Formats: sequence, C-alpha cells, structure tokens
Amino acid sequence: MAVFEPVLLRNRDVEDSTSLSVYESRGGYGAARKALKMTPVEIIEEVKKANLRGRGGAGFPAGVKWGFLPKDRTRTLLCVNADESEPPTFCNRVLMETDPHQLIEGTIIAAYATQSQIAYIYIRVEFHEQFHILQRAVDEAYAKGYLGKRIFGSDYSLECYLHRGAGAYVCGEETGLIESLEGKRGWPRIKPPFPAVEGLFRRPTVVNNVETLCCVPHIIERGADWFTGIGPPHSTGPKLFCISGPVKRPGCYEAPMTITVRDLIEREDMGGGMLPGKKVKAVLPGGVSMGILTADELDMKMDFEDPRKYALLGLGTAAAVVIDDATDMRMVLRNMARFYGTESCGQCTQCREGTAWMHKIATRIAMGAGRIEDLDILLETARNMGMMPGLSICGLPDGATYPIETIVNKFRGELEAAIRAQAPERAKTVLSVLN
Amino acid sequence: MAWVTINRNEPVVDPKAPPVLGEAVRVKIRSFFDRYETKRAVLLPALHIVQDALGHVPWQAMVEIADLLEIHPSDVIDTISFYTHFWTHPKGEKVITVCRSISCEVMGGAAVLEELKKQLKIDEHETTKDGKYSLVTEECLAGCDNAPCLLINEKLHKHVKPQDVAKLLAEANNDRIAVPRSALFDASTLSFAAASKTNGALLGTTSDVREMREAD
Ligand SMILES: Cc1cc2nc3c(=O)[nH]c(=O)nc-3n(C[C@H](O)[C@H](O)[C@H](O)COP(=O)(O)O)c2cc1C
Ligand code: SF4
Ligand code: FES
Repeated sequence: MAVFEPVLLRNRDVEDSTSLSVYESRGGYGAARKALKMTPVEIIEEVKKANLRGRGGAGFPAGVKWGFLPKDRTRTLLCVNADESEPPTFCNRVLMETDPHQLIEGTIIAAYATQSQIAYIYIRVEFHEQFHILQRAVDEAYAKGYLGKRIFGSDYSLECYLHRGAGAYVCGEETGLIESLEGKRGWPRIKPPFPAVEGLFRRPTVVNNVETLCCVPHIIERGADWFTGIGPPHSTGPKLFCISGPVKRPGCYEAPMTITVRDLIEREDMGGGMLPGKKVKAVLPGGVSMGILTADELDMKMDFEDPRKYALLGLGTAAAVVIDDATDMRMVLRNMARFYGTESCGQCTQCREGTAWMHKIATRIAMGAGRIEDLDILLETARNMGMMPGLSICGLPDGATYPIETIVNKFRGELEAAIRAQAPERAKTVLSVLN
Repeated sequence: MAWVTINRNEPVVDPKAPPVLGEAVRVKIRSFFDRYETKRAVLLPALHIVQDALGHVPWQAMVEIADLLEIHPSDVIDTISFYTHFWTHPKGEKVITVCRSISCEVMGGAAVLEELKKQLKIDEHETTKDGKYSLVTEECLAGCDNAPCLLINEKLHKHVKPQDVAKLLAEANNDRIAVPRSALFDASTLSFAAASKTNGALLGTTSDVREMREAD
C-alpha cells in the first residue's frame, strides 16, 4: 500500500504555518478562487459526490445538509462549530493552531456554496491561544480581500466573525450553539424545525464542524473521485485521529479510515505503543460518548460503520483514550457519569434526573459503597433517557448512555468483584457522608 | 444541618452609584453591534469584555449591559447563570482551571489538584487570602495530548506533575500566552488593573458557597 500523504495536516510542521503568505505559497486559497468560479450547486454536488460525512460526531453528509436549505431563502448564515468539548478530543484545536487559513478557506467555500452572507465561528473560550491565532488569520484574510466585500474580486461578499463561548459542553450541540450565539443560555431547541430551515436569528442556517470544513478545499481542488479513493466507500476522505492516555506519543494523527484502534495505539507513526510497564485494559475510541472497548476488541476499525459491531454508538470524534490496567474501572465509570451529570443543560426531565442519578450512584460505587443492584439501576437509567427512546431534546443523554452501558456490561465482573470486596465499615461511613 | 440563610434584602445595585463600565468598555461593546441581527446576541461578547476589564461581572455591570443592549437585566442574569466561565463575585488575579476529564485523570491529574490545594491552602472554588489565586476544575480542556494539564488564566500548562506545582506557582508570567494578541478582547486595552483595585475590598469572597460557609 502506498504511503498516505497527510492532507489536513500537511502544513502542520511547516515554519510559520499560521501566516497567510506561507499558506498561499503552499497552494492555499487556490481552491477558494476555483470555487468562486463554479456555481453553488456545482460545489454542493461535488461535496455530495465525495460523500463527505460530518466530522463533528454524527457523521451526517455535509453536501446533503447544505441541500436542505430552502430554495426561496433570502438570507443564510453559516456557523462553524469550534466548540470542541468532547473529552478527549483535540483535533479541531490542532487544525486551528497550526493551519487557520485552511479553515478560513473551507469556510469561504462552504459559505459560497450555501450562499451565506455571514459566517460565525463559535470557538470555546478555553482556546485562548487558538482564538488569537485564528483572529489574526481572519484579520489577514480581510486585509487581503479574501473576506469582506467582493472577495477575490468576485461578486460574492462574506463577513466572518469569531464568537467566543463561555464554558458549556452542550453549546457544541448545533441548536445549543445557535441559542448561545443569540446571547441566551445554550439550551438546545426542539427539532423540527431544523436549523437549515429556521436556525440562527430564525434564518436558514448551516452548522458544520471545523474538520468537516477543512476537508472542503481539498475536495474542490482535487475532485470528489480523489476523495472517495481514500478509505472505504462509507467512510471516505482523510480523517484526524486523536490518541491520549499512557501511550508513548499522544497526539493527533491523520490517516484513511482503514486503521484499527490497535494501529492508533501501536503504530510507530501514531501512538507508538504503551508507556513502559503499562498494559491496555480498555479504550474509549470515539470520544467518551460512543462507549468503551475491552483490550480484546482493539481490531475495531476506526470508520463510520464498524463501531456498531462492538455495541458502540458510532465513530464519534475518533479520539481515543487508553485506560491502563492499573486504573480502577469504578473511577472511569464515575468520571463518565460526572461529565454528563454536570453538563446536562437540565431542560428535559429524563436527561437532567437520569444523568444526575447516574452520577450519584457511580460516585457511591467509586467511593466503596456500591451495591450489586446499583449496576442494574445504572443500566436501566441509561436506557430510559435520550433521543432514541424519544425522551429528550438533544443527543447528550444518548452520549451518556453508551459509556455507562458498555462499561457496566463489558466490565461487570470487575465491578462486581470490587463491590463485593468493599469494607462494610467504610461503606457505612461513605453513605453517611453522601446522604 | 439547618438551612443557612443569607440576608439578601439590602439593594445589590445602588441606583445612585456611578457607573462601573467605563467609556472604553462601552465603545468596545458597541463595536460588536453591527455583527449580529439582534443586540442581545452581543451579550456573550459584552460579558467577556466586562469580565476582562473588571475581573468579574458585578450586578451593577449587568444592569448597565442590559441598558446598552436594550434587554432586561433579568435576561442578563438568565444567560450569565448558565455559563461556568462568567462569575458574579471577584476571583483571584489568576484563576487556575484544572482539567478533571478522563485523559487527565488517567494520567494523574487528581494528584496535581491535591498538591495545588495543599500549596495554596484553599479548596476548589476558593480564593487565596491575598487574592492572588482562585482554584476551579473543568471538564476536558481539549489539551488531552498534554495530560494532565491546567490553565492559569489564558495559559495552558502541559504535563504537569505534583512536583512541578511549586515552581509553576512561583513563575511570574505563568498566566500569559506568547502568541501575538489580536486587539479584540485584549484586556490590556481596558485598564484591567485599575478596575480590579476598586473591587479589592471584596476579594476573598469567591462564591455563594464561601459566603454561606462564612455565615455559618
Ligand atoms: C451534546 C452534544 C455536543 C456536541 N458537541 C460538538 C462539538 O463540540 N463540536 C462539533 O463539531 N459538534 C458537536 N456536536 C455535534 C453537532 O450537534 C453537529 O452535529 C455538528 O456540529 C455538525 O457538524 P458536521 O455535520 O460538520 O459534523 C455535539 C452534539 C451533541 C449532541
Ligand atoms: S437532552 Fe439533556 S442536554 Fe439535551 S436539551 Fe435535554 S436536558 Fe439539555
Ligand atoms: S481530558 Fe484533560 S484536557 Fe482533555
């Protein structure tokens, strides 16, 4: 097999890669110039043909999403989702801090294809450095006439504004993001209407992830056939994968969606294997919301389809964290439960109460006061919230269900043994403190 | 434990007090108006600007922001209470945000948090007596390749070990980032230092939790 040439990260190690001149000297903004000579429909068709599936977690095809915009609209808005808050995901960060102009170019093309007048980049507040890097890149693009009025001398004008979040995971959900942009609490909206019909300021709106948009210039430049030539038919194009935890080379790596979890951990050009003395016990391969794998399931392919065979929700953000054998699974369980318990926005009863109770129960177990039946209560709670049973507004509780359910199911033996080995005196003290 | 009640009957905002938002801050907030279709959408940028300038968002600033954006003060309170990044009470000069999500926990983040608590002699959500540091935890900071990591104000500190904590706290510029800043949101143009001094008397009270403890 030919060696894979990085596409999205091709500028990462180039000196001064964040400056416009370096980006341009490496062929940058050629795709945007080309796109502005195409019709919007031609661009949408090309992106559809490339089968570019959204990189933000849900895997929805970007071209299809753009096609949902009503034909008779007068004003359209584009939101770039740079809220990246799913643990342990950081590929959007890498894209923004090493190659901000790639994102701006993708944004220009997507905005033109959807005929948007304004693009808002919603960036999480903890990205301080990245904010200044990106803002400077936007300023540079404005100064050159690549953003603003009549860009590249064409008839098309686009404003691009950065908008900083304020610390809330749920603002990454597309309608939560829209509410937050409007100056409100980041409470996701009931759908329909979908944002494509009624989104930001009640205008037709497209929300896309940073990595999704970074793929767009390359599709325009090299064509849909080149894009579909990378990876399997259902998971086309280059993809960024994050790996963290006790491996030798934690980081963000690019590959076709043919690699396995084992590759990501062990390949010399990726994770580089485990740190000395550490052994894999479990892996959360797609961000935390997709569920967990045991050490026997590392042959899972990191594509949009394979994870389902391992009882996972999907590919998610393709960010893996390795849990080593010295780690107590009760700690992992509690860490997961706490995340959703604190990040649920509280609008829907099942999600608010379900995640809160899972957090309480998991805390009790982790502190040494669990009961065997708690495991079944966790499973039952997990199954009774979320969009899939139709009981909530957004997908957050579905994301809470999968890690809890898969940890309890796949590591039940260890959890039960730990609960049986609890010291009764300690359990009593813990309960008295918690109550 | 009986419920502790705090007397909140005294007016939080004195209508006769001089405005807390200076002209520079107002100009900056207004410069965001033409970016959005509604003035309310300027609320998050406005809160960022005010917090950068004053160190926190006091009640009176909320009333003044509401005035500027032509919305009701309760709308500002509604929004601000949702986000962990905004605070309505003064915090320390430097806010330490420790990541507690899974990569950092697996890589030993909890020990770093404990060491910080020990050296600063404060608990989570508290501020040191001298008003220098506040300590909070957050979920994943998207720096997991550098786990365990933490933010001091704007600066991300990577691969922090408990034995590094003393050195980290002693560093003068441990909260400043090196990249050139864009003028947007740049606190230095808003005379941060002068503004935070006027609130100096209040430092030390970081949250209702602390307030309640003291009432106890
Ligand atoms: C609770 C929750 C949090 C989310 N957080 C993010 C996020 O941080 N970044 C992101 O790009 N998408 C996030 N998403 C997915 C978005 O709702 C949306 O699907 C995505 O931005 C669409 O972009 P894409 O089609 O380009 O992937 C989240 C979804 C949910 C339910
Ligand atoms: S499902 Fe949960 S996070 Fe989503 S809107 Fe409802 S309460 Fe909020
Ligand atoms: S888990 Fe700590 S930065 Fe992501």
